[in-house]
Amino acid sequence: MSPDADLGYSKNEIMIAASARGLAGVRNCFVGVGLPNIVCNLAQRTVAPELQLVYESGVFGARPERLPLSIGDPTLVSGSTAVTSMFELFAYYLQAGLIDVAFLGGAQIDRHGNLNTTVIGDYAKPKVRLPGSGGACEIAIHARRILVIMRQAQRSFVDKLHFRTSPGHSGDPDHDRARGWWGSGPTSVVTDLGTYGFDEETGEMTLRTMHPGVTLDQVRESMGWDPRVADDLGETPPPTEDELRLIREELDPAGTYTK
Amino acid sequence: MGSKVTTMKEAVADLVRDGDTVAIEGFTHLICFAAGHEIIRQRRRDLTLARMTPDVIYDQMIGAGVAKKLIFSWLGNPGVGSLHTVRRRIEDHDPEPLEIEEYSHFGMVCRYVAGASNLPFFPIRSYYESDIPSVNQNIRTMVSPYEDGTEVAVVPPLRPDVTVVACQRATEEGDAQIWGLLGCQKEAAFAAERVIVVCEELVDESVVRRDPNRTIIPGVVVDAVVEQPFSCHPSFAQGYYDRDNAFYLKWDEVARTPESFEAWLKEWVYDLETHADYLEKMGADHWESLKPEPAMSGEVNYGRYA
Repeated sequence: MSPDADLGYSKNEIMIAASARGLAGVRNCFVGVGLPNIVCNLAQRTVAPELQLVYESGVFGARPERLPLSIGDPTLVSGSTAVTSMFELFAYYLQAGLIDVAFLGGAQIDRHGNLNTTVIGDYAKPKVRLPGSGGACEIAIHARRILVIMRQAQRSFVDKLHFRTSPGHSGDPDHDRARGWWGSGPTSVVTDLGTYGFDEETGEMTLRTMHPGVTLDQVRESMGWDPRVADDLGETPPPTEDELRLIREELDPAGTYTK
Repeated sequence: MGSKVTTMKEAVADLVRDGDTVAIEGFTHLICFAAGHEIIRQRRRDLTLARMTPDVIYDQMIGAGVAKKLIFSWLGNPGVGSLHTVRRRIEDHDPEPLEIEEYSHFGMVCRYVAGASNLPFFPIRSYYESDIPSVNQNIRTMVSPYEDGTEVAVVPPLRPDVTVVACQRATEEGDAQIWGLLGCQKEAAFAAERVIVVCEELVDESVVRRDPNRTIIPGVVVDAVVEQPFSCHPSFAQGYYDRDNAFYLKWDEVARTPESFEAWLKEWVYDLETHADYLEKMGADHWESLKPEPAMSGEVNYGRYA
């Protein structure tokens, strides 16, 4: 996606900058490939210098020297703090509660932040067979907070999931508190149109800011339900010059994920 | 113990049988494509393929018709997208349906852990409020028999008939050393009935004994050892060669139609005798281009206690 002539940055770039600011002060972060990887590396250079990049491939404290093209890229191993077996990573790091923040996404999300990465259509003979859970199901349960980065569209922001791979909020906060999980579920969703939090009372996705130039009608047309809107709905601060320089010159100079 | 060194052709012929459950593990790292190609060439049938992350190698094997069933936790071309051949079988039953049994990563790892530890099941805190157990009756729940009464999910042991483990170096007896991403190679090997170790290089026993912490599998659980450089291409071997990302991108096009898939399979698997032919066909320059700059670890002092 080329930068919008009027704005001077691309949709992915504002998604990255907005997400990175959400990592202020975070210590241990479960990273995914693609945008989350750039988000975490940007946060490490700006608002979260103590950030440890953790990959489900079994790497803790990665210091990638190039943009990793998969979560198992060898650049994540060289220079890292620890390489663990996958059992240790999931048992001792994730299940034991060491992970502060994790990124998840999916083909479908509902108003309570439940995610589908399994199938579109019927499970037995699906219209589209998606990758499945990977670590997402247990990440959703054990990471202290879940951040979601997804492009917004009618087909992905749906009233009802075709399959619930990873649990989000149930819609009943008393039930959610009684679950006894480390995780408090998704706390924010960043899209190409705006940013959302989750309502304390209902666990429902709530529009907090819209990106510059985006209208409420556009937001509503791009999702399968009528969203809650925060009383103090604001505008997402655009990426700063420093953030754009880091993204373009250091983190993704080829523009693989950011153009 | 004597030498277990053999060729890939013989190892597959001797140890992989029709109807077996086969695990070629490796989490992006050390995925033994050469073993998968040999299984295709020898036209094994009705295999149950197990792997946390069925990627391009299982797309090739499943497209070639070796498997009736897939056990997995994440199905895709990592960093690229879909496995089109597997998707055709699941979505369109083309050319025939593929039975699937799916878990999450942690569930899949713990199936191997249970298998390797001779346990009847393994408890994990997962699958709560997920639809996954509704499509997989093997994922069940139990309440802790201790006072806290925690409800946990349990998964059954997975005991492959054959596990293939690729590694950087091994002895003739099969003591295998790995560095870099460890995946669940150790668990899958100890869980298996038969184990094939495929190494980038055979080393003398003294090399292993100088650095025993790096040994992931001792030869005592290994049935065959194959020395095969670049056996993991387009996957990688840390320190030996990089992941061939261009291949993974290209695979997305190759697998999009049955015709281009079949043509690739003929050219790169059926028409070649061995992995050495594959290396030669791809050309020396290609292999040179995948070699990283060295980055040596420091040495540690184990001490001599004579």
